[in-house]
Amino acid sequence: MTDLNKLTIASARDALRKGDVSSAELTDAYLGAIEGAGVLNAFVHNTPEVAKAQAAAADARIKSGDAPDMCGIPLGIKDLFCTKGVNSQAASGILEGFKPEYESTVTTQLFDAGAVMLGKLNMDEFAMGSSNETSVYGDAVNPWKVGDEKLTPGGSSGGSASAVAADLCLGATGTDTGGSIRQPAAFTGITGIKPTYGRVSRWGVVAFASSLDQAGPMTKDVRDSAIMLEAMCGHDPKDSTSADLAVPNFEAALTGDIKGKVIGIPKEYRMDGMPSEIEKLWEDGTAMLRDEGAVVRDITLPHTKYALPAYYVIAPAEASSNLARYDGVRFGRRAKLSAGDGITEMYEKTRAEGFGPEVQRRVMVGTYVLSAGFYDAYYNRARKVRALIKQDFDTVFADGVDAILTPATPSAAFGLGTMKDADPIQMYLNDVFTVTVNLAGLPGISVPAGLDANGLPLGLQLIGRPWEEGDLLNVAYALEQSAGFVAKPQKWW
Amino acid sequence: MSIDTDTARRVAKLARIKVEDDALPALAQEFSAILGFIEQLNEVEVDGVEPMTSVTPQRLKRRVDVVTDGSQQDAVLKNAPDAREGFFAVPKVVE
Repeated sequence: MTDLNKLTIASARDALRKGDVSSAELTDAYLGAIEGAGVLNAFVHNTPEVAKAQAAAADARIKSGDAPDMCGIPLGIKDLFCTKGVNSQAASGILEGFKPEYESTVTTQLFDAGAVMLGKLNMDEFAMGSSNETSVYGDAVNPWKVGDEKLTPGGSSGGSASAVAADLCLGATGTDTGGSIRQPAAFTGITGIKPTYGRVSRWGVVAFASSLDQAGPMTKDVRDSAIMLEAMCGHDPKDSTSADLAVPNFEAALTGDIKGKVIGIPKEYRMDGMPSEIEKLWEDGTAMLRDEGAVVRDITLPHTKYALPAYYVIAPAEASSNLARYDGVRFGRRAKLSAGDGITEMYEKTRAEGFGPEVQRRVMVGTYVLSAGFYDAYYNRARKVRALIKQDFDTVFADGVDAILTPATPSAAFGLGTMKDADPIQMYLNDVFTVTVNLAGLPGISVPAGLDANGLPLGLQLIGRPWEEGDLLNVAYALEQSAGFVAKPQKWW
Repeated sequence: MSIDTDTARRVAKLARIKVEDDALPALAQEFSAILGFIEQLNEVEVDGVEPMTSVTPQRLKRRVDVVTDGSQQDAVLKNAPDAREGFFAVPKVVE
């Protein structure tokens, strides 16, 4: 039972319950796989002792007949989640050595359900990036490759995507502020869902842009996403924006029957210069859903074009406020001071040393758009445009659309370092199809649907109605069944 | 809008991030490019639109105004770069 590349959360769960394998055996196999995959730089803090203790506890629990779905399942945890006594750095130098005295709600829930933590996963610094190249730990690497070139696994949840695609864990937590679960999932041929804003508690997750951040699972298939998402969801009094709603059984929603469901195809997502492969993938996906009995309808989301510029006001503005706490006083790193330096020099030197260039850039842009004289022109205008973007979605859902199908990304994974000299906006364009979903607070899922000419995976995105992740997962399941994506990266690491 | 080096210096100061003088022109140029991108928002008709404050139409929950946590001085100070005698320590603030 160490054929890790065939195992899923669902099949491991069933095998564990039947006694065909123990969590200790699974955990050992994954710890071995992680050790052999250092070159991917996906895991950045390994926690074998924690994992082994949790696996032993899970095995005892399974034996006693109490086995929640996630019991004994080995996972990777994005470095953005605070894990008690274990380094939690948001891939930033400013949180060097930070070991929280508390556990995030999401990891608490997963561990209470019996899940096993193998270690912490690489990511872009403070989740700001689309290629995992802003991490203080160095680049995470995509297990998919073209020739000798190393590719990005996407970002910000690049380590999570790489680890799941390379079979270093059965599933991973991710977070998504503008596409950070869905874009890396698409780049690595895995599935990732960002739930409705408020579905998953943000407590204990290092904040980037609080009105946009949501955590979600990154897994090998749709069923696994349904299982893991359910364990992560739920009301949390410690997050005032967490929704007090019952959590449905998402796995039970996966019937594959989408007859009569109305699927919207938004014309504004047909971008100028879109690669023909992406266009073809989108058309193929549309045909698949139609063949499954869905009703395909052309729709319009007129403010789509303004989503990225609105996002690049709102997200930096919130980030500049959230990241004000990194001041060298309460946690993390403090810069070495010179004689005579006062508290202002301490702040300025600490933040210059501790934050990388992209984080500094966004904090300063956020500071600017919130500063006196510009607040209305930038920040308030962006919040008005955000309201219009949400209204676009409200209108199509009110007209009877059940889900919206779009490409997940404008391209397949690109080479690490190839965007180094591009201006920041080129990198921002990676999120052009995903960012609208965060601005509108909706659930969105990326499903692998095909390969490009170089043999790299491409994903399609489905966007659902608020709080209807179950329905969304079911449409994704139907698409997955039709697309029949089974390709895996050739092991070279 | 074009950002000059003085504005870049002022923003860096407001953000409490030390930027050396020789790095300011490049920073100003980056800001100008990003703000140029953002300025597309000026094309949108927003008259009468309320700025979004909450993406889901839910009321924030209330709870009884009582102490629910506390007495965790050690845990609070545990990760401080400099903690002494039960306090966070910082460079001298008062002359």
